[in-house]
Amino acid sequence: MNNISRISLLAAALLTLVAAAHADGDYRAQALSMMKQDFVTKGQASADRISEDGLQAICNRTGNKPPPEIAHRLEADQLAGVKLPADGKLLGDWKSGEQIAQSGRGFTWTDAPGLPVGGNCYNCHQIAPKETSFGTVGPSLFQFGKLRGNTAEMQKYVYSKIYNAKSFNLCSAMPRFGHIGALTEKQIKDLVGLLMDPESPVNK
Amino acid sequence: MKYRIAMAAILALTMQAASAQDKPAAAVPAGQKDATTLEFEKFRTQMEQEGNPAELFELQGEEFWKAKRGPKNVALTASCDLGLGVGVVKGAYVQMPRYFADAGKVMDAERRIVWCMVEKQGYKFDDLARRPFAGDNYTPEQTSLVTYVAAQSANMKFAVPLKDPHVREVYEIGKEVVAYRAGPYDFSCNTCHGADGKRIRMQNLPNLGTPQGALSAVLGWPGYRMTGSVMLTHQWRMSDCFRQQRFPQPKYASDTITALLTYMTANANGHMYKGLGIKR
Amino acid sequence: MASYPIRIRALLKGDVTSITAIVSHPMETGLRKDDAGKTIPPQYIQVLTVELNGKKVMESHLNTAVSTNPVFNFKIKGAKLGDKIVVNWVDNTGEKGSGETTVIPG
Repeated sequence: MNNISRISLLAAALLTLVAAAHADGDYRAQALSMMKQDFVTKGQASADRISEDGLQAICNRTGNKPPPEIAHRLEADQLAGVKLPADGKLLGDWKSGEQIAQSGRGFTWTDAPGLPVGGNCYNCHQIAPKETSFGTVGPSLFQFGKLRGNTAEMQKYVYSKIYNAKSFNLCSAMPRFGHIGALTEKQIKDLVGLLMDPESPVNK
Repeated sequence: MKYRIAMAAILALTMQAASAQDKPAAAVPAGQKDATTLEFEKFRTQMEQEGNPAELFELQGEEFWKAKRGPKNVALTASCDLGLGVGVVKGAYVQMPRYFADAGKVMDAERRIVWCMVEKQGYKFDDLARRPFAGDNYTPEQTSLVTYVAAQSANMKFAVPLKDPHVREVYEIGKEVVAYRAGPYDFSCNTCHGADGKRIRMQNLPNLGTPQGALSAVLGWPGYRMTGSVMLTHQWRMSDCFRQQRFPQPKYASDTITALLTYMTANANGHMYKGLGIKR
Repeated sequence: MASYPIRIRALLKGDVTSITAIVSHPMETGLRKDDAGKTIPPQYIQVLTVELNGKKVMESHLNTAVSTNPVFNFKIKGAKLGDKIVVNWVDNTGEKGSGETTVIPG
């Protein structure tokens, strides 16, 4: 919460900066007010989703390329908000992780509201070799644990990346699954298992 | 028999889908097409050349266009100006979105047709907007009308009048809309449609900012979808994209949708519209 | 009564006429269920015939393994420009449909 207010403050400061620098601010303002008028609540997709939060505002106004010094500070804020499991165990069940990775359900106006939702992982990433229907918006994660090493440090990175991808790359295309409360602690652990466990097909 | 007869009935696509599931496809490198996609493209080309069920909706739309209808009992062909003069349909689709002074707005084809149905024929907008897209055993009249109008622009080049400052402004706004990130997943249109050679699962994602990408996004609409046997318009596609983007629902025939269609259709300017499409 | 639009094209190239008939028809198999879980009764075209100037040149027997709104393509020899082509169908419920066109250059 503290993080969020800090971001909004920074965002406000940055906005004035960038607005002055961009002549296209006019069209953006028009697009924004147009969209605020044109979207309505349907199912769980409430109309207020059209409003940008602080982080989105910065990415929107910098073409997803914020100045590095600002990006680093905000990434650190995002990372500080990552809640690691109290029991310190990060490596979950890779079999359950595979199911979570397969599912793309959740948060659309046709999905039933509430948890659990899917991880959407295969939509964008290659992961286990058996699944050949994978997207390419994100990098391949095949053999992730084998290549990076199944260390405690790497497990923590993977957990944090899934929890809040913006902790490491402020305007990453990847959603902030833990930060927004989409994936539960157990689900993220299981996804860490899928990527890191030497027994997972990802690392065979 | 005197006449030699060869018959090729085009059977249900479900057969193809079933065989595709039987054998796992080999992993396909980024930017390449898998066997199922290639087979479907062959099938699509054949259907587009030899007969597309979308033509049935075109026939229906032609009837709607020419008949006196609505509370005012007026025919669209005698009252509706799609930009090239009252009743002129040939070439109208590829030159929209465009600015209409009588409405004071830039409008895409579907929005303009709905405007004519409301203003000229006396239909109520809310009635037309209640169930604006096709579903099981249901096709809105405006969908058939769009299909008819679009078919009369087949094999003509896209020519959205970008020199018109009204259209240019809406184009620039559309460019902002595709870049706008919001919602629980921080997605914009460009998250998926802003780079070349990307896929979601096996679905290729056109890069809307390039002429080729924009072209592949606008070709094939309106299109007949084999799954469910429904006729769908480009307006429907935009709405369903926002659903997957985890956005709220865009209002039917709204400024935002026109802005998006202006942006992507104008990016395809100069390229050929091939006519009614067919989808999986 | 439901209307069943039908679109027919007959294009002559050389001595072969290519005929396309797109038929509006649900082609229900009788195996599907509606949203309420009730089985949708079968309704499919059983017989499709083609006439050239009033003379039957093809009769085709269909069953349920054909998609909704089917597209039929066939080729005949011996037709001339301006000849009349009629396509008729009858389904298992007794519904009938028909459409006609004239042979034009392909």
